[in-house]
Amino acid sequence: MNEKERESKRLFLKSILYGSLTALSAAILYPIFKFLKPPQQTEVEVSSIKAANVNDLEKDSGIIVRFGNKPAILIRNANGDFKAFSATCTHLDCTVQYRKDKGIIWCACHNGQYDLNGRNIGGPPPRPLEEFRVVIKGEEIFISKNV
Amino acid sequence: MKNYIQNLYKWIDERVQLQSLVEFMGKKYVPVHRHSIWYYFGGVSLFLFIIQVVTGILLLMYYKGSEDLAFESIHFIMSKVEFGWLIRSIHSWSANLFILAAMIHMFSVFFGKAYRKPREVTWLTGMLMFFMALAFGFSGYLLPWNELAFFATKVGTDIAGDIPIIGKTILEFLRGGEDVTGATLSRFFGFHVAIFPGIFTVLLTIHLLLVQRQGMSEPLFIEDEEKYEKKKMSFFPNFLLRDLLLWLIVLNILAILAVFFPWELGTKADPFAPAPAGIKPEWYFLFMFQTLKYIPANIWFIEGEIFGIVLFGIAGILWTLVPFWDRKSFRGERNRFINYVGIFVVIYIILLTTLGWLT
Ligand code: FES
Repeated sequence: MNEKERESKRLFLKSILYGSLTALSAAILYPIFKFLKPPQQTEVEVSSIKAANVNDLEKDSGIIVRFGNKPAILIRNANGDFKAFSATCTHLDCTVQYRKDKGIIWCACHNGQYDLNGRNIGGPPPRPLEEFRVVIKGEEIFISKNV
Repeated sequence: MKNYIQNLYKWIDERVQLQSLVEFMGKKYVPVHRHSIWYYFGGVSLFLFIIQVVTGILLLMYYKGSEDLAFESIHFIMSKVEFGWLIRSIHSWSANLFILAAMIHMFSVFFGKAYRKPREVTWLTGMLMFFMALAFGFSGYLLPWNELAFFATKVGTDIAGDIPIIGKTILEFLRGGEDVTGATLSRFFGFHVAIFPGIFTVLLTIHLLLVQRQGMSEPLFIEDEEKYEKKKMSFFPNFLLRDLLLWLIVLNILAILAVFFPWELGTKADPFAPAPAGIKPEWYFLFMFQTLKYIPANIWFIEGEIFGIVLFGIAGILWTLVPFWDRKSFRGERNRFINYVGIFVVIYIILLTTLGWLT
């Protein structure tokens, strides 16, 4: 075997070695990464819920209700009309609340403010709150995603 | 009795040559000069870390890391378990003092340029441990599952989600899903008591071995100063005894804080309650958090928050890599620029933390 052949043989063995080392680490790391990624829960997409009864809310007040596994805010304004929004602040994910004294939707985390149409009117929130549709059937208030 | 001890020593010495270790310690000296006081903060950090390990293990005996039980189990520790309130209070206080001591240690090393050749790796392991300490703090903060922690974690992980490109993946990885839920708690618990301690221990071992092997760094140019004559103190037993005395003092401070200012538990987190007022991150994140508030919502075409995160990311990387770009100290020359950078950072952190505290 001459020098050249030996050289190419060495190269061949080396690439097999590194190749299999790479394959081995991939075979170990891939399942770990996949394991750490939380599985997509097949939740039933909620599109509509019964939020409350009309009598649960006085005029000029608001409550947080469960919309699937996210919070939503249901508001009854001074005229007695109902409005509903996603209660997740568009800034950094805190949960908003109704501020009676100012008549606004308020986020305590960084003093974010929204008017009663869900528009961001002060503080850091970059976008308005997502609005939900409110349907009243007799005594019951239903809210659902706007489509 | 003395004989037994001597025999035991001999028995071990015959097998592992203990004598050479004792000799090594005897030959190790700590330089004495007017900046010597800063040498103690590494030791103090170590001591506080040990306290964290001990109290952490104790808390593990009763803590339950699940959405329904976490808050109750800590309530149980604080109200039913004997000295439970004390152990938990110490764990919380010591965590904060640990980060403070580590910060002081870091800045003293920075200003003394002790990171210069040949101690680059010591600095790197130290910085990694510092970042881990912050991660320890962030993950531990959620474990009581109270309202403040719940929303602070929401905000903190949401910010991480703003990181360009990989943000979403990181967010889901941290939260164990889209939202902060029991899954997040399980993850943080795992990070806090298993993954982080494991990595930290490896880093700490390397760090300490290097310090023992290379000895203490002396500030550059201290030799120039007129009245300075080279003084030193032997590490064993002189320096070690002073270390221990200081540890005792720190232990006392810790005890006073833990007893007279017991750590609050707050109210249990309710994902369907509005965020309470006064959501603030722990003080060591406050300066970054406060900065984000001052950055306008949009800079050029990028969101202000993203801009801030990227900025802090770059600053952190540059800071960590200082041994590799500070060529002057590497060559043993004076580098005032580093001092200015350090002073700027210290003032910035103090200023923004105070502002964050007051507002
Ligand atoms: S999370 Fe609502 S204002 Fe920041």
